[in-house]
Amino acid sequence: MNIWTYILKRLLLMVLVLFGVACIVFFISHVIPADPVSAMLGGNAPDEVIKRVEAQLGYDKPLIVQFYNFITGAVVGNFGLSLRTNNPVMQDINNYFPATLELTIFAIIISTVLGISLGVLSAVHRNKIVDHFSRVFSIVGVSMPVFWTGLLLLLLFYYRLGWLPAAGRLDFFTIPPDRITGMYLLDSLLTGNWEVFKDALRHILLPAFCLGFLATASIARTTRASMLDTLKQEYITTAKAKGLKKNIVINRHALRNSLIPTVTIIGLTFGSLLEGAVLTETVFSWPGLGRYITQGLLFLDYNSVMGGTLYIAFVYSIANLVVDILYAVLDPRMRT
Amino acid sequence: MSKSTTKTKTGWFQLMKPYFEDMKHTMYLWRRNKLAIVGSIIIAAFLLVAIFAPLLTPYQPDVQNLSNKLLPPSSEHPFGTDQFGRDIMCRIVYGSRIAIQIVLIVTIISGLIGVSVGVTAGYFGGIVDEILMRITDMFLAFPRLVLAMAFAAMLGPNLTNMIIAISLVNWTPYARISRAESLRVKGQPYIESIRSMGASNFRIMFSHVLPMTISPILVQLTLRMGTIIITAAGLGFLGLGAQPPSPEWGVMVSDGRSYLIDQWWVSTFPGLAIAIVVLGFNLLGDGIRDMMDPRLRR
Repeated sequence: MNIWTYILKRLLLMVLVLFGVACIVFFISHVIPADPVSAMLGGNAPDEVIKRVEAQLGYDKPLIVQFYNFITGAVVGNFGLSLRTNNPVMQDINNYFPATLELTIFAIIISTVLGISLGVLSAVHRNKIVDHFSRVFSIVGVSMPVFWTGLLLLLLFYYRLGWLPAAGRLDFFTIPPDRITGMYLLDSLLTGNWEVFKDALRHILLPAFCLGFLATASIARTTRASMLDTLKQEYITTAKAKGLKKNIVINRHALRNSLIPTVTIIGLTFGSLLEGAVLTETVFSWPGLGRYITQGLLFLDYNSVMGGTLYIAFVYSIANLVVDILYAVLDPRMRT
Repeated sequence: MSKSTTKTKTGWFQLMKPYFEDMKHTMYLWRRNKLAIVGSIIIAAFLLVAIFAPLLTPYQPDVQNLSNKLLPPSSEHPFGTDQFGRDIMCRIVYGSRIAIQIVLIVTIISGLIGVSVGVTAGYFGGIVDEILMRITDMFLAFPRLVLAMAFAAMLGPNLTNMIIAISLVNWTPYARISRAESLRVKGQPYIESIRSMGASNFRIMFSHVLPMTISPILVQLTLRMGTIIITAAGLGFLGLGAQPPSPEWGVMVSDGRSYLIDQWWVSTFPGLAIAIVVLGFNLLGDGIRDMMDPRLRR
């Protein structure tokens, strides 16, 4: 199959899946709660207030009309007003999502560097101390709940050592850089604002490490396995026989070929990081989309929950699509 | 009489011999894998603690004693006490019962949903397969925790609804695996011969296809038990799972957040309990996968 046909087919499939996702979100927020408005307002709100809020939110219309309004709104990115912040939900998402993206990207960088180094070390020194250490390290990494790791990091680096700040993206008195992408690190770099860059970097280190630790294990494990496969190949023996230095054989010859499965794993990791971001953002008071959804859920702010959840599912599907396409480009057998 | 007994016994033994040999080989692999042994020991200890909870601690998990609040770890309270003077070790010990309850119920419900969806899709194929698998894709399009959070919050946050919520998002991998297995099985001649004998679709699915998918599903179920505990604790931590007086571990970690500076033990020990049990499940799951998959065994 031609690569473009494959991409087109995947895109069509994604549109279908996203429609289904919207149905699930609608089902969760409109069908499951028996009486959303009185749950929102508390038990003893007067009847006329309940009626008014119902009309305001459109809950007095038949379900099918509500569904139509939700879907047509979602297509153009209109999810209504958030009850908690009183802003249009899309505007909130616009403000909160760059923070999540920045955190996730930084975490991916940390876990990639850490994971690939551990994986290569493990494979080269197979069944030695380094290998055992890195395998135990990575399995312990996936076993620790993110929110707990976060609290331990806070306890050590904020309360005890006082090296790094605990909450938010910047110090209270630091003025955020001019908005270009909404990611403070990138924006301050682009505007050459070094003070802000340093401050933002100090703030992102702990949450990003906490999140990245989660993904290190799978990256290290995949790298180790594919590196072991590559090291057995004949061209590696040839390279060694030519008298090349060990470092050159490993870094130039073996590593490049063994990275293909790792690339896929890194892409797939993005999803699990979005998941972990919800908890990390809560622990570090990071003003991202995950925290926005969590607070929306706790306050029963339906519009922001529907908008936020749908948006996260959208980003997640795009990430999966990119991974699939990358894979199809790298390996033509996948295009079925 | 005795002769016939020995005869049936040896016959029975001969019949089962391959299974015994296989079991012996599995035991050999298990013993060779040190990490899997560590995992098994952790899980065994976890089960024993949950069963014998009342014998292990002199305290009650939900009796408050404000004169003893926030005591540091001592010989009387090995893990200290929390803001209501409750013994933390006692609460962790009782919390293991909740954890087991969550793991078992979620595993059973989501396993049943997943296997029914997967086997139906794989066996019938065609349009049924297409529809069921697209539904599975829709569930896979969410980060799992986010979807579970939404279900739990809308059903109303408590332990039961949290279990339902996790089960509703956790069935997808089982569906995919059992579908792949049924696809493989249904083309084989023995299924065709059963059908030619007049067996109904339901019968073939239930008693001839389903059993063939059990073994990979069981492996997957064990592999995912750690994830279930982590998800449940995460929901509890966010306030969308079990609610405060309950000694659920995630709730306990969240309780201790306000006391992190001076009373570190309040959230550290429950978190440690989660980490150790999940580590046990992960080591055991990895071990089982290695035993099943000779490719990974090196």
